[in-house]
Amino acid sequence: MGNTEQRPDGTSKEPAIDTTSRVRLQVNGRDHDLEIDNRATLLDVLRERLDLTGSKKGCDHGQCGACTVLLDGRRVNACLILAVAVGRRSVTTIEGLAADGPHPMQEAFVERDGFQCGYCTPGQICSAVAMLDEAAAGWPSAAADDVRDDAVDLDADEIRERMSGNLCRCGAYVNIVAAIADVAEVDT
Amino acid sequence: MREFAYETPDSVDAAIALLAEHDGDARIIAGGTNLVDLMKLDVERPALLVDVSGLALDEIAETDDGGVRIGAMVRNSDLAAHPLIRRRYPAVTQAIVAGASGQLRNMATVGGNLLQRTRCVYFTDATKPCNKRMPGTGCPARDGEHRNLAILGASDACIATNPSDFAVPLAAFDAVVHTRGDYGDRDIPLAEFYRAPDDEPHRETTLPAGAVITGISLPSSELAARSTYRKVRERASYAFAIGSIAAAVDVRDGVVHDVRIALGAVAPMPWRARAAEQALVRRPATADSFRAAADAELDAARPLRDNAYKVPLVRNLIARTLATLSEVDA
Repeated sequence: MGNTEQRPDGTSKEPAIDTTSRVRLQVNGRDHDLEIDNRATLLDVLRERLDLTGSKKGCDHGQCGACTVLLDGRRVNACLILAVAVGRRSVTTIEGLAADGPHPMQEAFVERDGFQCGYCTPGQICSAVAMLDEAAAGWPSAAADDVRDDAVDLDADEIRERMSGNLCRCGAYVNIVAAIADVAEVDT
Repeated sequence: MREFAYETPDSVDAAIALLAEHDGDARIIAGGTNLVDLMKLDVERPALLVDVSGLALDEIAETDDGGVRIGAMVRNSDLAAHPLIRRRYPAVTQAIVAGASGQLRNMATVGGNLLQRTRCVYFTDATKPCNKRMPGTGCPARDGEHRNLAILGASDACIATNPSDFAVPLAAFDAVVHTRGDYGDRDIPLAEFYRAPDDEPHRETTLPAGAVITGISLPSSELAARSTYRKVRERASYAFAIGSIAAAVDVRDGVVHDVRIALGAVAPMPWRARAAEQALVRRPATADSFRAAADAELDAARPLRDNAYKVPLVRNLIARTLATLSEVDA
């Protein structure tokens, strides 16, 4: 891990560049001053340094969505964001959503049995919360009949399309869609 | 992952200066959705990351000629939702929302999208030979896994495809890439931005070394307002295309007056189908014309053992899309 290179004769070369950074991360409303390796992803810092293990590492390549957190309210893959690049943007994890008791989306997942093993669930819930904000803002999706139309008709097809960045290997999708539709107060 | 330094320059010129100081060993980072992944895979091993995501290149503005200029740091999701884009260039919005996931679109930027790398499995596996990643080491894809690789515009050295959805409508509607380097500002038409692989597939664009993309522009286009993007993939969502099309057609009195066609996932670059366009202008807007135009484009196709399915796929994609746009029975 050190940035000092050992030579074969045992002497060492001074590092040419600084590969660590001091950062102040704002997570769930709290500031954390940390010295981090520039290679650390936001996901690894949340889990390994801040003990916020709700965000899960599935694929670690942005393909499964288990690491989904909110950056200034927008859903992102924490496994593909370098912690050093977060800056002053606020991070909200599943723990932050539940700070004042279970979030309505969490309650809906319980009510609808929207999981089996539960590993993808924190990512599903963070993603769903931000997805409903995106739909309310009129953001188009690939399920739209006409992207020129601002209105979003949040039916099951729309929910499935908008949630396609979150995989569930147990296959709880039917109940996940139902839980999200409950919170959105739409019929599917 | 190799250790690296990290800088946040406060201007484009400061970013260019950092790139110059590190002479090929630095990379620009913005959304990071592709670069961070490639760094984890040891495909990219920069000594310095220059983070430009905080620079004021995040505006979408109408230009004097009625087109639109889009800053390089605009996030894909903001671009897709912008009223100017979804109303005047619906194929652009459709292409963006057909790509990646909601999370990735919130991270990925316009500039990064244009410079994303191929998903060829040999390119992304640092233990394999690859002429694009390690010039001169060979191309295992030609006799190996090439189901989703190029049928048009490839070379003996490389058959990788450009994976971008977004770049396809940009090719159809004559986008211009705005760049800045030690030479000052320079505009590069998208048609000249991506290089044919020839025997140097590691040189993917004409963006000069040490330069950055500051934005893109789309010219005003009546056709673009009636454009569409169709994407064929192996599952309903969140997958790369195996073939895609951005198209628009202006039919007057049953005759094709003007047409734009670009194809995705079939070539090393977003593929402007000029042969098909030329075959259509002043021809009757019929299913036969559309199929003939597709065949004119696909004359140049050089399919391999496992990607020959793309030839009929693209033929049907062109014919069906044009038929739908011009309300003709396919």
